[in-house]
Amino acid sequence: MRFTRILAAVLILILIVAVGFFALAWRSEIKPVAAADPSSFSEDLVQQGARLAAVGNCIACHTVPGQPAFAGGLALPTPFGTIHSTNITPDPETGIGNWSEEAFQRAMREGVDREGRHLYPAFPYDHYTRVTDEDNRALYAFLMTREPVRSTPPENDLPFPYNLRPILAGWKLLFLDKGPFQPDTAQSEEWNRGAYLAEGLGHCGACHTPRNRFGAVESDRHFGGGEAEGWQAYAINANSPAPIPWDTDSLAFYLRNGWHQWHGVSRGPMAEVTGNLGLLPDSDIVAIATYVASVMGEPDEARRARAEELMAQAAEGPGEVQAAPAVDTQAGAGNPQDRGALIYASACAGCHNGSKPQPFGGLRFSLSTAVNAPNPQNIVNVVLFGLPPSDGQASAVMPAFANVLSDQDVADLLAHMREQYSDAPAWENLVDLVARTRSGEYKVVILPADGIERGPENVGASDGAEE
Amino acid sequence: MAISLNVNGETHEVDVDPATPLLYVLRNDLELNGAKFGCGLGQCGSCTVVVDGAAVLSCVTPVSLMEGREITTVEGLGTIEEPGPLQTAFIEMQAAQCGYCIPGMMMSAHALLTRNQQPSDREIRDALMTNLCRCGTHMRIMAAIRRAGELMQQAAAPSERRAG
Repeated sequence: MRFTRILAAVLILILIVAVGFFALAWRSEIKPVAAADPSSFSEDLVQQGARLAAVGNCIACHTVPGQPAFAGGLALPTPFGTIHSTNITPDPETGIGNWSEEAFQRAMREGVDREGRHLYPAFPYDHYTRVTDEDNRALYAFLMTREPVRSTPPENDLPFPYNLRPILAGWKLLFLDKGPFQPDTAQSEEWNRGAYLAEGLGHCGACHTPRNRFGAVESDRHFGGGEAEGWQAYAINANSPAPIPWDTDSLAFYLRNGWHQWHGVSRGPMAEVTGNLGLLPDSDIVAIATYVASVMGEPDEARRARAEELMAQAAEGPGEVQAAPAVDTQAGAGNPQDRGALIYASACAGCHNGSKPQPFGGLRFSLSTAVNAPNPQNIVNVVLFGLPPSDGQASAVMPAFANVLSDQDVADLLAHMREQYSDAPAWENLVDLVARTRSGEYKVVILPADGIERGPENVGASDGAEE
Repeated sequence: MAISLNVNGETHEVDVDPATPLLYVLRNDLELNGAKFGCGLGQCGSCTVVVDGAAVLSCVTPVSLMEGREITTVEGLGTIEEPGPLQTAFIEMQAAQCGYCIPGMMMSAHALLTRNQQPSDREIRDALMTNLCRCGTHMRIMAAIRRAGELMQQAAAPSERRAG
């Protein structure tokens, strides 16, 4: 008797939890609408939407390189499995052509599609939720005036339980802080504009803030450094590893031009970002720079003094290259750093200790964030795969050394560079890291300086992965 | 330092500063002047040679790492009397104007055609992405590379028939 009563109580409890979860997870369908007439949107609104879409970098994920823009289908590897981006062209059947503006607003604010299904946070709605209704309206106008493309992306490849969308309701309960950007009245209008762009559509933190094991950004380590597409997204708070501290002017120049004389050129996924920001007016670029510089804060006296010293050295002209020591150059013999110095002298010094200015000359490594960063992944990527040329325009380039240098050679070279051009402690497990990067076990997306994605197949990054 | 280099199937002993890039040793010590000095910064591709089957820029390749590796220069593709398929195709298509970039173009193409004798235009463009030509003979270079692929397949065809 008592047993039956307990059983009943447990069953009722389970039912209540299930109903509660269903109520939490359930989102209604928003009725499909006839595709909007492109001429119903004003030209100004569409232009505004184009600039906002560039800030959001929508095209990067929603386009397969070489395929029609915004038609989706790009595979996004995540620690939970592979997600394929959706078609956001106005095709009514395979795209978002039958979405009303209301459905679009809800997707941006809550991460729910028109049919009411929860979307995976690979679509960074934890940031896009900050976007104003007005800006979403402009984005909607921009997308609805694109060429409709009939294309269904491949199914996601996610293991149980990640393939169950309702669990995303739980994720959102824990990690989604919903609602538009709230300005900080203590700050300037410019700062607030920058914060709105950087925290909302710009979603800087999606890469530059570390993520926890549920794939959510760790808000208490805001801008503390993360990773994206095989690249380290450096810390852009007080922990920035840049030898020369960033300030508003240098950030604005870098975001505007894709390079800076004390920091080098943007590459990897950041090249896409700086490429896209080309559409923005200077005022928005300066606003973003103002906000990010304020998050970084003022460098302390020691860091500032060190930076002055490095800039003075660099201004003196081409640096001395450590004379190549007479050593046994067979791998494994002699001091690895001497081997590294030898490789450096013949492969790197010509550009990196040369007199050609940025962005076409090589950056002095004493100024390089990559050489001074805690994790060597970015410098490994650049040494192996280089910086491929952009199409049809002058651009920063660097040759790929994957076919010249063995894993041990790269490790010795980097050990030398770390010793010579940084005060930070030596990197560990370099050979293993280089090997995993070369083989494609650790996937790296390669982009030229204009950010138009065309790697990795043509630069060999995927060679090993397919074997 | 003394180093032993395998170039075009021959072994050469050279005594050079270990920090020397491979290009200088090829040209100055071995007098193989096919590979050209263009920019010296690994950006123009005129110094391209093939090492272990892959195209590399010899002006930024440390000679000290080349011991035991198989180096091929444009001289290794054939002779004036008996030009190889790439050389034949470049002559047939008249793909050179001033010719300075051509050895580098041919070596990048050689690495490509060794893997794939029927490359698409996209594959050719990707493989020759880092080879610059100031004369503008690109379309003829593309045609010559496609032709070289045909010649290589024709040369391989009879022996395949025998084998079958």
